[in-house]
Amino acid sequence: MAKARVKVPKSVKKGEVFQVKTLISHKMETGLRKNKKTGKKIPRKIINNFVCTYDGKEVFSSDWHPAVSANPYLAFYVKATKSGPMNFKWTDDDGKVTDKSVNISVSG
Amino acid sequence: MADKLKPHTYKRREVLALAGTGVVVVVAGIGLFPGAASADAAAVAKAIKKRIGDKPMKSGRITLELPEIAENGNTVPIGFEIDSPMTDNDYVKAVHIFAEKNPNPDVATFRFTPGNGKAKVSTRMRLIKSQNIIAVAEMSDGSVYMTKKAVKVTIGGCGG
Amino acid sequence: MRKSIQGIGALAALAVAFSAFAGTAFAGKDKMNFGKYQVGELRTGYTFSTPETRAIQDDDFENPAFLWVDVGEALWNKKEGKAGKSCASCHKNASASMRGVGARYPVFNKKLGKLQNLEQRINQERVEKMQAKPLKYESKELLGLTMFVRNQSKDMPINVSIDGPAAPFFEKGKKFYFQRRGQLDMACANCHVDNPGGMIRANLLSQGQSNGFPLYRLKWQKPGSLHRRFRGCNKQVRAKPYSYGADEYVNLELYVAWRGQGLPVETPAVRM
Repeated sequence: MAKARVKVPKSVKKGEVFQVKTLISHKMETGLRKNKKTGKKIPRKIINNFVCTYDGKEVFSSDWHPAVSANPYLAFYVKATKSGPMNFKWTDDDGKVTDKSVNISVSG
Repeated sequence: MADKLKPHTYKRREVLALAGTGVVVVVAGIGLFPGAASADAAAVAKAIKKRIGDKPMKSGRITLELPEIAENGNTVPIGFEIDSPMTDNDYVKAVHIFAEKNPNPDVATFRFTPGNGKAKVSTRMRLIKSQNIIAVAEMSDGSVYMTKKAVKVTIGGCGG
Repeated sequence: MRKSIQGIGALAALAVAFSAFAGTAFAGKDKMNFGKYQVGELRTGYTFSTPETRAIQDDDFENPAFLWVDVGEALWNKKEGKAGKSCASCHKNASASMRGVGARYPVFNKKLGKLQNLEQRINQERVEKMQAKPLKYESKELLGLTMFVRNQSKDMPINVSIDGPAAPFFEKGKKFYFQRRGQLDMACANCHVDNPGGMIRANLLSQGQSNGFPLYRLKWQKPGSLHRRFRGCNKQVRAKPYSYGADEYVNLELYVAWRGQGLPVETPAVRM
């Protein structure tokens, strides 16, 4: 299964807007390539959805098309409210899900 | 930058650049999206309509960051930021990215909430060739903003 | 060289693009300060990349090759084989035990009586010490482990030994580098000695330094070994490539490493 990496600051102040960086290994097969030997089309297989949940709410999500690069990188921002887990979910065309969770430590 | 609606006069610099890359762009295109026809302006218009309907699009509020020249169309960095307070009453709902000449103009949709603090994203995309990138932002009050920017793509046809 | 290319029809375009850009493309950039990526006349591929490609390498998190380095790190600690050992069982903490190792490979191996590169050494250890299966060349496992080990020497100067028992193999590698081959009748040196900074079709020619391998190539959309790059270059001049891990390529690896002696290890680098 796909390997994912997530980077958030070690600790943040309440109300601070911080960057969240994510990276996941995936070929992001477009469905437009042909197998060089057989001439057959290689079926499309991409991660088509990404969701980030924090403080019990879906805070950010994204739909991806084949134009998203292999090994997708995505960085976005979140406003710190309270300490707790931040969850990430990537879903591919087969419905396979990769989960990842990090802890957000909020001070003040 | 080149505007599709107006007759375009090439600057000397652009002509020189095209002279060097013309052959290559064709070759590279085959490698990335073989056998696929590029989307034309109508396809992009259709793709945009699918996302936002017939709402009028205003210019402004979107800062779109793209490399002037992308070395390889497989991995073109793209970043954007929407000018918005991102409060419960006034925030960016979604941003859609389109690539005018890709076989499928849809690139990605990003959905925001006030909890994001700011509507700023960096990611990477595939481009079949030099073209315009279009960013469309939907605001919480229903208004829609649009901007576009050209990227030159020079993909290596060499090496394995 | 021009003479041999002309008349091959489709390939003529290559010669045109090549000559049109040679020596001009990055003239202005030479004035830049490349910091650790330039040592005297030597410049790593980093200095030939666009700012956007350099930015992907500059941040370990943004560099997708680290997804593979993570695979390598997990393997380092994973017990495999009949001996019930992992790499870490003997070598403990890689950041201490492997520091500097990646900067001096390939090396002469007494037992084999020839040169051995890092990939081959890893597999020898797996087979002999762990009694585990060797990892397949270019697999995510071997690329990951090789990158993980070489990354422990990051920023250390390349320091290969070319004398003593390595000398005859070094000479073979050097000969390979200057030997014209393939339908295009081109040697490594024709591009990387005569024309760095120029363009061959849409490809910017670097000095052909190996200090960043295995590296993430945007074209490949994944990491690849130096031998994959050698094979690509060979195919490009319409020459039959050697197989992964071939003696010819390991000898060439030593010569190419020596050409970049003193440049910092960049593994895993990011290139176009």
